[in-house]
This record gives sequence, structure tokens and C-alpha cells, in this order.
Amino acid sequence: MSMRVSKAGLLTSIQDLGRRGFQQHGVIVSGAMDSYSLRIANLLVGNDEKEAGLEVTLMGPTLEIESDCLVAITGGDLAPSVNGKLVPMWKPLFIPKGSTLSFGPCKTGCRSYLSVAGGFAINEVLNSKSTYLRGEIGGYKGRALQTDDVLPLSVPAVSKPAFLSNELINGVYTSSWSVNYKELVHFTKKPGVRVINGSQYDLFTAESKSHFTKEPFKVSNQSDRMGYRMDGPSLQLQEKKELLSEAVSKGSVQVPPDGNPIILLADRQTTGGYPKIAQVITADLPLLAQVKPGESIYFSHISLHEAEKIYLEKEQMLQELKIAVNLASTK
Amino acid sequence: MNQTVTKASAVISPLGDSALVITFGDSIQYDIHKQIKTCKDSIELNPFPGFIECVPAFTNLTIFYNPLEVVAAVGKKQKKEFVSPFEVVSSIVQSKLENEQTEKELDHRTVSIPVCYGGEYGPDLEYVARHHNLTTEEVISIHSEGEYLAYMIGFAPGFPFLGGLSERIATPRRPSPRTSIPAGSVGIAGMQTGVYPISTPGGWQLIGQTPIKLFLPEQNPPSLLQAGDIIKFEPISKEEYQEMQAKEGEK
Repeated sequence: MSMRVSKAGLLTSIQDLGRRGFQQHGVIVSGAMDSYSLRIANLLVGNDEKEAGLEVTLMGPTLEIESDCLVAITGGDLAPSVNGKLVPMWKPLFIPKGSTLSFGPCKTGCRSYLSVAGGFAINEVLNSKSTYLRGEIGGYKGRALQTDDVLPLSVPAVSKPAFLSNELINGVYTSSWSVNYKELVHFTKKPGVRVINGSQYDLFTAESKSHFTKEPFKVSNQSDRMGYRMDGPSLQLQEKKELLSEAVSKGSVQVPPDGNPIILLADRQTTGGYPKIAQVITADLPLLAQVKPGESIYFSHISLHEAEKIYLEKEQMLQELKIAVNLASTK
Repeated sequence: MNQTVTKASAVISPLGDSALVITFGDSIQYDIHKQIKTCKDSIELNPFPGFIECVPAFTNLTIFYNPLEVVAAVGKKQKKEFVSPFEVVSSIVQSKLENEQTEKELDHRTVSIPVCYGGEYGPDLEYVARHHNLTTEEVISIHSEGEYLAYMIGFAPGFPFLGGLSERIATPRRPSPRTSIPAGSVGIAGMQTGVYPISTPGGWQLIGQTPIKLFLPEQNPPSLLQAGDIIKFEPISKEEYQEMQAKEGEK
């Protein structure tokens, strides 16, 4: 009924879709950086899409599987393998107990998600299992996984679902199908990230506005779950202005006086006082979460209505995907 | 830019595709705070389908919503018709604003925060006193005689943005921030005073420390202080501090 961490990796934490409802008390939202990948991983193992899974960053952990379990691995390709053999992603995998699940070099993206049927048996804090690293609450003891941690699973014993292969393939039983995720999450070099105007867009100089969408911006090394600091042309206000603090959201692109924009992400503070030049659309946050430090992106403007249409289309796709997985799993 | 000016002269604008901001003014004023609080209470009391949460600030109120749920609650004439979640929530908010009575006075809760000023608990108290040609006792009495309104909670869990600091002790931030400030520190930064609920880096002038906890993750609400509270600081001795700290630890 558990998984034991035999090697911690760089940064693995338990995340769900975030801690909502407490921002007015200063409690940050947290949650998966690439929420589409986590939701798909959950759907593949029959969980509610809001269930918490592991968010694995760049260098993954090694996990000893101590009871039979049904898992799915999605998101960036960090070369997951069972007993040293590569296993497929975007599919349900039944892993027999006594196996070792590990990760290798990063092939695409930088964040993988692992969901297990039934989820992890950990308590919610403020209605969420997400780990709030700086606040030291939620997840596994309020922190990233460490060597020798034992992650308890909610479901005592899982038997192999009938739709999975009858024989072990590279250490796992798996399905003949996988989900087509490419409309939801993709991994391209120098991706275009779509934005709508930020609350203080009009305060920026014409030159800054033009540079913002014409020049590439590089994700700097000082980037983490809280936000991506971007290197590119310096963005300046027409005149110096002190703003009062106000709420920010996931995807707010704020510009401190040094002119280098910061894209606020899952572990952002609830409020900020820097001017916001743009807002990354919700549908493009997952692809941004898969961009590594050192890689570049381009921003492009769309209208609010276009952003809303894309949002609703992606939700429709997830809905269809859920139906398809359910059908394929009952055959 | 999509913007709507309401009857009550509030402006509604989008914050991305899943939130909107209702702006009531552009400066820190009690009257604006009152309008924000009234609007927040009215929305929270009668949440619309898809409402997630709202966050009050000095001059505005941000409302977070789930666009899918917002749209699902609106009947469509045709399946393919596009309904803008922002426009749906905007019109809900607008009608709330139009029916609101802002004449009503707010009920403020008063919260007293015990503070041990100076010494190891307030390493910058003497600096603040020297900066204003005051004695440390005078700084303590000016700070603890004040009544402070919590306009908003943000920056860190349970951290209050307080208004009402006397200009007589307003002091600029330290030239370089400390890498870590202990939880409970009471500080001054310009015209602001506040309390740090968790240990973080910061450049505030630290004049004291409270033994009580401001961030309470096991409780709902998880913050001792709420926007709209009146805060008072009550000086305590080192002995009282240690006694209270021991009691807090048992909780």
C-alpha cells in the first residue's frame, strides 16, 4: 500500500489543482504547474481529475513500488523506466509490487506527473493536498520528497484491469492505446505563448509594448514554481509610478523596475505591486510549465474573447478524452 | 480593452481569462475600503455559479471564477453560440453594485496584538528613535497608541497591510534587506507598519515581536487577521512574551 523513495531526485512534490478559497488570507494557491498533464494522468487511472499526484522536476526520483499499483505518467518526458526498462507515457501502467520505478535524462519538457489509482493517502490542509513549500504545509509533511520517505496509497490492493495486456511488457502491464495529448500539451522549441493585455498595459512605453511581442524572452536560471524571470529587452513604463498592492493571478506578467518581466506561476504570492503588462492565457500555462531555464519563448497578443474560446475548447477536449478513456477501460 | 463602468462609478476589467477586477478608486481611503467590503460581502453571501473566491485590496476587489462553470449555468439558445464568461460575471457584479446600499456603516472587529518592543525582539527600535529624535519609550507609546485598519491581507499568509501609522515614527526601509526575519516580527516601512506571520526575507525596520501566531493553517479562516479588522498593539514585558510564547507552543 505504499511507494518508498529510495532516491529523492531534484524536486518532487505532491500537487493537486491547488488550494482555492484562501487567497484573501494570503494563502497561495500552489498546485500542478502543468495542470492539463496532471488531469490527464488522473483520468488514465480512473481518478477524479482533481486528485493529487507527484510533480517530478527535471531529475526524477527512484521509487520502490511496495504494492501492486495502477499508475500513469504524463507531462514532460523524463525517461521513466521500470526495473531499468523504459515504459510508455500517457497510458495506464500496472506495476507489480517489488518493482523499481525510476527516471532518466530529460528528453522533452521538464515536469512529469505521476498519478496512482485512488491517490495518495495524505490529509488535506485547507481543502487541498498540494504542497506549499515555503509555508511548509500540505503534501508530504509540507515539503519536497526526500530519500526514505514512504508515500501511503489510498487503495489497499489493486488488481490488474482486464483491458491491460496479459503479459508483462518491459516490467509493466499496459494498454494497447494511449491518449492523444498533443492538442493540450506540446513541447516545441521557442514556443509561442499567448497573452491578453495586463491591467497596466497602457502604462508601458510604445517601444516596450512592441519589443514584448517581437523579441524572444529567455527563461532565466532564477525561475521556479513561484515564477519565471525572463531575460530579454528591458520593459519600461512611460513614467515612474508607484502602484498599490493588488491581487495577481497565475500567468500575470509583472515588470519590476529593472525591466525584466516575471511570469507568476503556481507558487506566486497572492498579491503584488508591480505593473502587469500581460496575462498568459490559462490554456498556454501548461506549455510554459514545460519550458526549461535557458530556453526562449515568444509572446503573442490575442483578445479576451479568443482566450475564453480557447479555454472552453480545451475543457471540451478534456471532457471528450475522459469519455474515451472510460470507454476504452471498460472494454 | 474590455472595460465596463458601472453606475456606482466602479470599473470592471479582466485579470486574465479567469478573474476580473472591480476598481473603486485610486488611493487609500476609508470610503473605498467600505465599498470593497460591502461588495465582497454581497458576493460571498450569494455566490454566483462558478464563483471561486475574491481578494480585497486597497482600491479594488478581484473575483476569481471557473469560466466553464460560469458558462454552463447560462442557458444557450444555440449549442454553437459563444458566451463570454467575463461578460456573464461582469453583468452579475454590475447588478449587485446597483442594488447595494453603501450607506451602511461597517462593523469592525478589534484585535489586540501583544508586542515586546526593543532589545533582541526589536533590533531597529533605537534606530527609529534616533531617526526622529525621540526616545525609544516615545516610539513605543506612539506605535502602541495607534489604531490601524487592515486594508488587505497578502504578500505572505496572514500578513496585514495596515493603514494609520503616525508620521512621527514613519521610517524608510533598511538600505539592504535582512535575509531572514523571524515570524512575529513587528516592523515599520515608510508609512506602513505590519507583522510578519512567517519567517521571510525583508527590509522593514524591526521594532518588536509578538509571541502570538498570525498564520493558523489548521484553522478556517487560516489567518488571525482579516481585511477590515482594527489592530492595536499592546506593549508587554520580556517575561510576559516568554510566558505567552510557551502557551502558544502548546496549542
